[in-house]
Amino acid sequence: MADRPTTRPSKGPKDGPSNPTRAVFSSPIPHVSELGIELVEAGDGRGLMRLPWRLDLVGNPETGVLHGGVVTTLIDSVCGMACLTALEKPQPIVTLDLRIDYLRPATPKRDIFAAAEAYKVTRQVVFVRATAYQDGPEDLVAAAVGTFMLSGRLGLRPVAEASS
Amino acid sequence: MSGFVDLIAEAKASGNFQGLVDNIPYHAYLGIRVYEENGALIAVLPGNEKIIGNPVVPAIHGGVIGAFLETTAILHLMWSGQTLHVPKTITVTVDYMRSAAVIDTYAKATITKLGSRVANVRARAWQDDPERPVAAVNANFLIQPADDG
Repeated sequence: MADRPTTRPSKGPKDGPSNPTRAVFSSPIPHVSELGIELVEAGDGRGLMRLPWRLDLVGNPETGVLHGGVVTTLIDSVCGMACLTALEKPQPIVTLDLRIDYLRPATPKRDIFAAAEAYKVTRQVVFVRATAYQDGPEDLVAAAVGTFMLSGRLGLRPVAEASS
Repeated sequence: MSGFVDLIAEAKASGNFQGLVDNIPYHAYLGIRVYEENGALIAVLPGNEKIIGNPVVPAIHGGVIGAFLETTAILHLMWSGQTLHVPKTITVTVDYMRSAAVIDTYAKATITKLGSRVANVRARAWQDDPERPVAAVNANFLIQPADDG
């Protein structure tokens, strides 16, 4: 991800000039940039990111398959993005838990995409589901569900914070 | 195919798993180290700027903490001699308890249930105080018992 990731306008009905997430997009997350993760699109409680294959992220040197942990980071990041774009006002969020099902090893030397949707926002908790895939949204590599707490006051791990 | 399997066997025979850790590119990328203490395998994730997930706090990226715990669970399974091949992760659930400062993080795993095909492993990560975990995972792995190897 570049320092200022490009965003495409969402087709969502609520997206518009009042969408508060632009500031969030412009705050680079060091480790996400480090891994080469790119934001493809985000808005209206959804996010899509792309992770290009890289040799130094491999988990099995014999097959060249990326380490599952890299997929974890990709999914955690895109879930956080989906949460942020689901909020009416920018506020810090922290991951409470994240469950990932590894459906198959990712094919080496090909991009992995991760798509997330914040499907329920309550006063304190955002519920998110996500998938990781390669050739198309049906070609699943992993499936995940996560919960995020709004505001960092519980002392949990902040994922991202809107710059004001 | 035998290279990696040999490396695992060698690590098990010598009790030194650092070679195995370094042989996996992503582990080397994160700089993960392992050592034994009181009969347990301890993994260390060195704190550095490239794993920051939140520059404001600053805090380590939660994905890295999850990856580190999953790795600890896998290394623990291999270290304890329960599988000759690299276990395949089926599911991982990460619970985040605290923000992880950008300092060294430690982790230790325990095998909750060892079946003939599946191992359930829990791992916990901490920083200054082992009693104050920053995160924990509960993971299921497909294994091939050492006897089959």
